[in-house]
Amino acid sequence: MDLIDILTSAAFWAAAIRIASPLIFATLGELICERAGVLNLGIEGIMVAGAFAGWIAVWAGLPLWGGVAVAFAAGMAFGLLHATLSVPFGLSQHVVGIGVTLLATSLTFYTYRVVLPEVSSPPKITAFQPFEVPILSQIPLLGPAFFAQTPLTYAAFLLVIVVALVLYRTPLGLAVRAAGENPQAVAAQGLSVTAIRMGAVIVGSGFMAVGGAFLTLSAFDSFFFDMVNGRGWICIALVVFGAWKPGKALLGAVLFAAFDALQIRLQQTPIGAVVPYQLFLMMPYILSILALVVMSRRAEVPAALMVTFNKGER
Amino acid sequence: MTASDQAQQPVLRLSNITKRFGALCANDDVSFSLGRGEVIALLGENGAGKTTLMNILFGQYSADAGEVEVFGQRLAPGNPRAALDAGVGMVHQHFTLAGNLTVWENIVLGTQALTAPRLRARAAKARIADLSKRFHLAVDPDAKVGQLSVGERQRVEILKALYRDARILILDEPTAVLTPQESDALFATLREAIGLGLSVVFISHKLHEVMAISHRVLVLRHGRLVAERATADTSHEELAALMVGGAVSSPKIAPMPPGPALMRLSRVSSKGEGHAPGLQSVTLTLHGGQITGLAGVSGNGQGALSDLISGLAMPSSGQLEIAGEAITDWSPRRALARRIGRIPEDRHHTGTIADFDLTENAVLETYASDFARHGWLDWAAARAHAEALIQTYDVRCPGPDTAIRLLSGGNMQKLILGRVLETRPRIILANQPVRGLDIGALNYVHTRLAEAREQGAAVLLISEDLDEIMTLSDVIHVISQGRLSPAFARGTMAPEALGRWMAGDGFAEVAHAS
Repeated sequence: MDLIDILTSAAFWAAAIRIASPLIFATLGELICERAGVLNLGIEGIMVAGAFAGWIAVWAGLPLWGGVAVAFAAGMAFGLLHATLSVPFGLSQHVVGIGVTLLATSLTFYTYRVVLPEVSSPPKITAFQPFEVPILSQIPLLGPAFFAQTPLTYAAFLLVIVVALVLYRTPLGLAVRAAGENPQAVAAQGLSVTAIRMGAVIVGSGFMAVGGAFLTLSAFDSFFFDMVNGRGWICIALVVFGAWKPGKALLGAVLFAAFDALQIRLQQTPIGAVVPYQLFLMMPYILSILALVVMSRRAEVPAALMVTFNKGER
Repeated sequence: MTASDQAQQPVLRLSNITKRFGALCANDDVSFSLGRGEVIALLGENGAGKTTLMNILFGQYSADAGEVEVFGQRLAPGNPRAALDAGVGMVHQHFTLAGNLTVWENIVLGTQALTAPRLRARAAKARIADLSKRFHLAVDPDAKVGQLSVGERQRVEILKALYRDARILILDEPTAVLTPQESDALFATLREAIGLGLSVVFISHKLHEVMAISHRVLVLRHGRLVAERATADTSHEELAALMVGGAVSSPKIAPMPPGPALMRLSRVSSKGEGHAPGLQSVTLTLHGGQITGLAGVSGNGQGALSDLISGLAMPSSGQLEIAGEAITDWSPRRALARRIGRIPEDRHHTGTIADFDLTENAVLETYASDFARHGWLDWAAARAHAEALIQTYDVRCPGPDTAIRLLSGGNMQKLILGRVLETRPRIILANQPVRGLDIGALNYVHTRLAEAREQGAAVLLISEDLDEIMTLSDVIHVISQGRLSPAFARGTMAPEALGRWMAGDGFAEVAHAS
């Protein structure tokens, strides 16, 4: 099987879209935080917590969408912690973020052991099943690739549009964008920078957790500790790659996912027999770094990203 | 109806405002009122408490005592929203605009409830177009604010206030960043606004503007309201004396023959940083014993020229000569070795290291050459040097161990000035040396620069303030879009003529002629 065959197969693109879905949720979450001026390095831990919370809720008997809601709420709780420390208290966003990641990861591990003290392998749930969109899924190539996914994937793509609309077409989105660029401008209009930034971090963290929950509720049907596996950090890079714009971030997520899907398939080609598999595993990361170098040259960083705002300070 | 009749129906009344920051009393029992259609000038040196007072009025600070009344209603303290709703609009000295947003987005920010489902873009743009026309504030509503000139940004700020139906406009040092023509346009806009019944508080330390635009002048000194004058009954001299609390003298620039050419740029081009323009085939000679003034609106290549002279950038083409010698290898260290003294534009970020103490900042440029023995820093000598600078240059501070960020701008600048002058530089690059300084510190810096000139140094004075340039310079160049005008000898050009060069006129004729 050569490269062209891979790139023209519906199965390859279906896999790419599936791999991209959790990245899309979490990247949008991070993008919202950063647009408001807060770097959220809690993302990795929040994704772990979301993956666990969604899965355990469904295991305990909630419907799948209930699991998504529980994950979202768990993410918001960690978001509230992050926001409280980083916005009104103005602590270093790096330290707070890494702290939240460590806390969320450890707390997940602890809760897992408390809830399931005896099990050797985690129980399985019935995950989201692919839903074939009538008519659209019949389109050759595109149909099976894009329109035979799980509902959560459709939700991810829908969310890109929603986030873009809110950011660019509503007063709320305008305030969020201004808060990340010049909080003084927001304060001078009588709006609360603290409330806007905290809100953005809380909601953004919720989306990160849903990204994590995609792994347990849609991509797989169970929870493993290393399943998030650095995806959160990739999303931080994807936000930069996407120049803090939802549409471009989506493109970045799909591109990264395509590289990831590609390397798995290349491992099974004759080249894969000669080249050590670790090199294939590296591929998406190396290509993302290269893409990042090219794409982020001209990107406009939110000017007040990581700049704390204290009212009345002189 | 005269201005004083109108003043009898106050639209704004401040009563007994007091505000402390720690031990510093920024406003001490200040009271005044503003009438409909009246322009009050709030005059005072930097640190006199003007901006603090206006920030209290606008709700960005809460006063420790006293209250604000707008149209007879008491204003809730510490809440900009209340001030905005009551009809107070403020144009801050440091613009409160978001550069990544468009003009109309900046203007509508905060005017709709955050829960509103969508931005009313079309209605907003129509209203902005209408206001722009009415008040002669030309600006493209769809332009990104980050790409606008400083003058245009200010128009956006004013539009922001007008869009919210402000009845009282507060302008904090509005002309600090404008060309003379832009200032005139601003005054025209303000007169328009007054005619429509708006009232204005105009904060400034430029006396001629205060005399030109205001009906009444309030003078603040050390946080206290020390004088109130009807503009018609006062004079430049009286206001200057009231402001500083004594007579002021600016340095005299006596004619003297130019010395040797110490630095020569021949057809030098260089790249600008980011969006800022670079230099385009600039030819400039700096003579010893002369102050060469560089006028221009900021962001027209001053940064590129100053980077070049201070060793931070190399010419991309053309030649740089120092004392007749062509320079091929150029760096800040080599610039120092050639005895180029640098007073950078941004004293907080490039001139000093904020959290370092005065001793460390005093030896930043010379620690390796003058304050090291066998590779170890000689702290005793460094400290003695800092103490000498503090003494000689009248740096008011608790001592050499104070972090420099705790000093006022004026004292910080005096330390930088001392650091530069003590190396006995042959060429002095003074980029905006008095920006934000009060008259006392300003005259001090100017006097010292004039002394350096008399001792034979070549001084390049970069400033946006035409008055400053015209008072001090032997020779004036104007920079616009990276192009340099011909040299104009002292006293041969009127401000308006220089203003036209600043706006970019004149360069085309030169290009055609050559």
